Order: sequence, then structure tokens, then C-alpha cells
Amino acid sequence: MPPQVELLWWEGCPSWQQALEMLRDEAAGVGLAADAIDVIEITSEADAAGRGFPGSPTIRVDGEDIQPPGPDEPGGLTCRVYRRRDGSVSPLPDREDLREALQRAVREEAVG
Amino acid sequence: MSGSDGIDIGDAAPEFELPHVDGELHRLAGADDAPATVVYWTCNHCPYALAWHDRLHDVARDYAGRGVRFLAINSNDAERHPADSPEAMRRRVEVEGGWPHPYLYDETQDVARAFGAERTPDVFVFDGEGRLRYRGAPDADYDDASLQAGWLREALDAVLEGREPDRPRTDPVGCTIKWRD
Repeated sequence: MPPQVELLWWEGCPSWQQALEMLRDEAAGVGLAADAIDVIEITSEADAAGRGFPGSPTIRVDGEDIQPPGPDEPGGLTCRVYRRRDGSVSPLPDREDLREALQRAVREEAVG
Repeated sequence: MSGSDGIDIGDAAPEFELPHVDGELHRLAGADDAPATVVYWTCNHCPYALAWHDRLHDVARDYAGRGVRFLAINSNDAERHPADSPEAMRRRVEVEGGWPHPYLYDETQDVARAFGAERTPDVFVFDGEGRLRYRGAPDADYDDASLQAGWLREALDAVLEGREPDRPRTDPVGCTIKWRD
């Protein structure tokens, strides 16, 4: 089974399109087809609660958040605050975190 | 619920009176002798506002000697976002060792509606007569600190030199203001 890759997004936070672009780039880099990515819009607080949505954008690989949210993150219809590896704050995750998560999933798929 | 159309370039600044984190009330009209006034929307929880935060404070410090006044406003619904409550605002300013300008709370969201503010950050620059001369983002990329809020600086330089900014309007980029239901 190929890794399950999901991008969950909410329209109130504009960075999701850049996140999707980055995700498609990195997925292609590890040999995953673009249609292997599930792009899921979150439209309500109830939907957010049901999916455990910590904010937009959220990328999950095989069900695991590529940068798991901290306990102080409110979740729901909000923009996520990502800490980059250089210490900066951004509405986008660190590309290296994404790449490592995808590479790990592909390796595990090959072994498993 | 959402904002309103707000004000356009050349319009007069809507008057307001809002509390700073220490409770002191600040009015826009207090800027009568300022050659330019910057009013910008920000908040505690939004990654865009946080990414541009240091750049905006750098501009406030850099232009303070030229008499430019800065006022930051948080209009988010604190019930939905407790991180943007007045108490959380006060704690943040304290932890950061003070801000170079007031951080005001717009509990009713009336000021955001009057301006037509949409996002955090959303920057409004007024000239000495209180007319809007720039509205939009601080610069072109929240992820590039080297841009140093260049669009805002360009607008301020123009206003201080009595010129129209070359780029009076850009699109604000950031989290939507969290309106009350």
C-alpha cells in the first residue's frame, strides 16, 4: 500500500495553496503520484472537531501529523503556527519536516 | 458576520477610542501633530501576524524619531480565540518586554468594521491630515524578513515627503479577522 497522504485545509487561512504546492513537489520527489494526495476542505467547527483538525494547513502521512500540534494549539477553524527549523514562525510547515515524513513512509512501505 | 467595505485611499480616518493592555484609552485623534499615523491589525494567534511582528516593530522604532505614530489593534473574538483575549495581550506585551506602540483591544469589532480591516496583519497609513494614503500588507512575503516591511516604509517615506505613495494599495495577507457570530 502506498503511504496515505492528506492535506486538510480551511479557506480562512490562505497558506494552504502553498502547502499543497510544496506537498506535491515533495511527494513527486519520493515517487508518489499527485493523485495519491487527499485534499480535504474543513468547512465547520463540527467538521474540524470530527477530524481532530488542529488548524490550516495540516499535512498527515499515514495518519500522523508531520509536525504534531502542541497542547496549547487551540485547533478548529484557525491558522496553524509552525515553527521552522531555523526558529522562525510561519503559516507553512518546514519543508524538511515534510520531506522526512514522506521519505520515512516510503521506506516503511518498501520494508513492510 | 464579516467586516464592511470600510475606507478607501483619500478617505478620512474613522475616529476611535480603545484601551491599551494597561487600560489607558488611546484615540486616533491624539495624532493631531503627527506627520503620519500607522494603524494596523494584528493578534496573538495568527502565524502571519507573528511572522511580520518584528518587522512592524522595527518600522515603528525606525520612524519614531520622525514623529510617526503607530497603533496596533486586535479585533478578534476572544471567546473563539482565547489567545487573543485582553489578558493574553497584556501577558504577551509583558513577556516581550514592552512594545514600541500601544496594543489596543477592539472588543465590539466596530473599529475593524469602520476601517474595513480584513486580516492580520492589515496596515493603514494616514497622512498628517488624517487621510488614508496606504492600505495593505507590510511587504511582499511574510517568509522573507529581509524585505523589512518595505511597502510600509515606502508609503511612510512618501507621506513624510508630502508625496502620494507609488503603491497606495496592496492586498492584505494573513488570517481573517475572527468575527463574532
